[in-house]
Amino acid sequence: MADFPGVRLHVVNGKGGTAKTTVAAALALALASGGKRVLLTEVEGRQGIAQLFDSPPLPYEERKVAVAPGGGDVHALAIDPEQALLDYLHLFYKLSPNGIPARSLRRMGAIDFATTVAPGMRDVLLTGKVKEAVVRRNKDGSPAYDAVVLDAPPTGRIVRFLNISHEVGGLAKVGPIKTQSDNVMAVLRSPQTAVHLVTLLEEMPVQETIDGVADLTAAQLPVGGVVVNAVREPLLPPADLVAAEQGRLDTTALATGLKEAGLDAPEPLVQALGQEALEHAQRVALEEHGRDTLARLERPSYELPLLPDAVDLGGLYRLAASLREQGMA
Amino acid sequence: MKHLDIDATLDSARILVCCGSGGVGKTTTAAALALRAAERGRRTVVLTIDPARRLAQSMGLSELDNTPLRVVGVDDSQGGSLDAMMLDMKRTFDEIVLTHAEPSKAQAILANPFYQALSSSFAGTQEYMAMEKLGQLQASGDYDLVVVDTPPTRSALDFLDAPQRLTTFLDGRMIRLLLAPAKAGGKAYLKVVSAGFNVFTGVLTKIIGAGVLQDVSQFVAALETMFGGFRERAQATYDLLKAPGTAFVVVAAPERDALREAAYFVERLAAERMPLAGLVVNRVHRSAVTSLTPETSLAAAQSLEQSGGSPLAAAVLRLHADRVQLAGREQRLEQRFVSAHPDVPVVEVAALPGDVHDLAGLRAVGADLAGGSQALSA
Repeated sequence: MADFPGVRLHVVNGKGGTAKTTVAAALALALASGGKRVLLTEVEGRQGIAQLFDSPPLPYEERKVAVAPGGGDVHALAIDPEQALLDYLHLFYKLSPNGIPARSLRRMGAIDFATTVAPGMRDVLLTGKVKEAVVRRNKDGSPAYDAVVLDAPPTGRIVRFLNISHEVGGLAKVGPIKTQSDNVMAVLRSPQTAVHLVTLLEEMPVQETIDGVADLTAAQLPVGGVVVNAVREPLLPPADLVAAEQGRLDTTALATGLKEAGLDAPEPLVQALGQEALEHAQRVALEEHGRDTLARLERPSYELPLLPDAVDLGGLYRLAASLREQGMA
Repeated sequence: MKHLDIDATLDSARILVCCGSGGVGKTTTAAALALRAAERGRRTVVLTIDPARRLAQSMGLSELDNTPLRVVGVDDSQGGSLDAMMLDMKRTFDEIVLTHAEPSKAQAILANPFYQALSSSFAGTQEYMAMEKLGQLQASGDYDLVVVDTPPTRSALDFLDAPQRLTTFLDGRMIRLLLAPAKAGGKAYLKVVSAGFNVFTGVLTKIIGAGVLQDVSQFVAALETMFGGFRERAQATYDLLKAPGTAFVVVAAPERDALREAAYFVERLAAERMPLAGLVVNRVHRSAVTSLTPETSLAAAQSLEQSGGSPLAAAVLRLHADRVQLAGREQRLEQRFVSAHPDVPVVEVAALPGDVHDLAGLRAVGADLAGGSQALSA
C-alpha cells in the first residue's frame, strides 16, 4: 500500500539546487507504474521537464512524454499564464481563444498587465489550471488523470504560490476571481493534495525544509513527505568513521594495508588519504545530523541515491523504482 | 583556461554584482568577497537579499534593515571596513514612491491594494529594488566598493531585465488605455481604441469585477505622476551597471544545471555589454593524491577484500577512487563551459564539508577564491 492513497495532486517543491524537477518526474513515473495515467506539470516557464525527458520544449498542450513500467503513461504540460487565462475564459465565459474579446484582451496586453500587477492573479491562473486537470473527468465520469504532479516554485515561494486565497483576498473581496481562487484553494487544502518537500542532507536545505513544513502547516496546506535527494552511502566502516572524524584514524594500519595491497605507502600519501577520510567522516556526521533534524518532523521520508552522472532517462526510472519500493507511490 | 584574479578585481572595482542560479553558494561568495576586500583596505558594503540565518548572524544581521550595519571582527589594519545590510524590498519601494510622488498622491499609492501586491511580490520587484539600493549605496560616497548578492532567480533575464521591465510595464499599452478615458486631449487616439476598449473593459469587468478594475485605474492614475522618475532611475541603474568600475561575477557549482545557467548568464552579460570579471566555480572536489588513479585504487581495494586484508585500507581506497571520479566528472563539466567560453576567467573554490557561518569561514573561502584554480590550470 502506498503512503498517499487518497492523494491525487502531488505538489513537489524544494530549495534551488535540490533537483526537485528530477524528483517530480521520478514521482510521476512511479505513480504511473502499472497502468496509471499521470500528468506532470511545471509553471515556471523553464522547460525543466522537456530537458529531463530529452524532448523538445513542451508546447501548452498535454503531451505524452514517457511510458511507465507495467504500462502507465506520463503526460506533461508546461503551464503558461497567458494560455491558462485563455483556457479559463473559454471554460467559464465561453469565450473562444480566437474570438474578438479574447483577441482584444491579448492585443491590449491585458494578460501581461494582469499577471504583472497582481502576481496573486497569475498564481490563481497557474494553480487553477492544475486544479482543472485534477478534477477533470472523462465522458464516463472516471477521472481524466489518476494523479497530477506539480513541479512547484522553490520552497521560499511555495506558501505564497499555493495560498492564493490569501494573496487574492487583498485584491478582490468578491467577484469571479475570488470565487475561482476559493475553489482552487478548496482542492489544495483537501486530503486530495499532498505537498512534498525535496531536500539534501546539507544544512541550508534541511533548515529550509523545516521552515517550509512550518509555513505550510500554518497556511493549512497538507504536508506530504520529505524526499532526501542525492544521498551517498558512507564508505568507511562505522568504527573507522568515528575515529576519522575525531582525527585519530590508525594511519599505521592504513599504511600497512596499502603495502599489503601492493601499493607504495610513503608518509605524505598516507597523510593525504587520511585527510580525505577525515573530510568524508565530517560530511557523513553532518549528514547524520541533518537526517536526525528531518526525522523530528515526523513526516514520511524517502531517500534517493546520488546518481554518479547527470540524471538521464535511465536514471529517472531507477529513482522512480526506488520511490515505489519505499512506498511513496 | 584563464585564471580569474579575484584580488585585482576586489582592489579596483567599485561595484561587484554576484549572480547565478539558486543553491550554488552565491550569498556566501558575495560575503567572502566583501570581507576580503575590506581586509585588503577598502571601505566595503555587502548587500544581501536572503542570507541563511546563521550566515546573517555571523555578520551581525538579525532582520531586514535598509541601513548598513558595521560588521564586527573585521581586520581593519589596512584601513578598510565592512558594512552589511539585508534588503527590505517593500521599504525600498515605499521610499521611491515617497521621493517621487506628490505627498497627497504618495499616500493614495501606498494605500492601494495593487501597490501593496506589486511592492511585495511583483516578479522583478526584488531585483529592481536591489539595483535601486545599489545605486543609493554607491551614490552615498561612503564606500569604495559595493558588493551585491542578487536574488536566486532561475532566469538570468529576470535580474538584468528588472529595470527595463518595470519601465516597459509602466509604459504599457494597458496602462495608457486605463488612463485614456481621463485624457480628453487624445481624441484621435481614443477614437482608434474605443471600439476595442469597450469590449475590453466589458470583458475585464465581467472577469475581475468592477471594484477591482476601479482599484487598478486609481493605482495607475496615481502612479502616472511618478512615471518620469521611475524611468529615469531605471535608466540610471542600467547605465551604472555598464559603467567602468562595475564587475559581474557569475557563481556556479560544478553541476550540469548550474553551469548551463552560468553559460546563459555569461552570454547574456556579453550581449548587454555588461563587464564580466569571471566565473567562480564553488564546491569543487579535488584530491591531493594525484599519483593514485581510481582504477589502481579500486583494483587494490578489491584485492584486499578478496584476500581478507585490511578493511580500513580497502575502504579508504574506495573512498579515494570515489573522490577522484567525482573530481573528474566535475572537471569535464567545467571543461565544457571553458571550451564554449574560452575568454571567461575562472576560479575554483574547494567544497567544504559543512556550511560557512562565521567570519573565519568566510575568510578561508576568500583566501581560496584568491588562490584557487591552480589545480586545474596546472
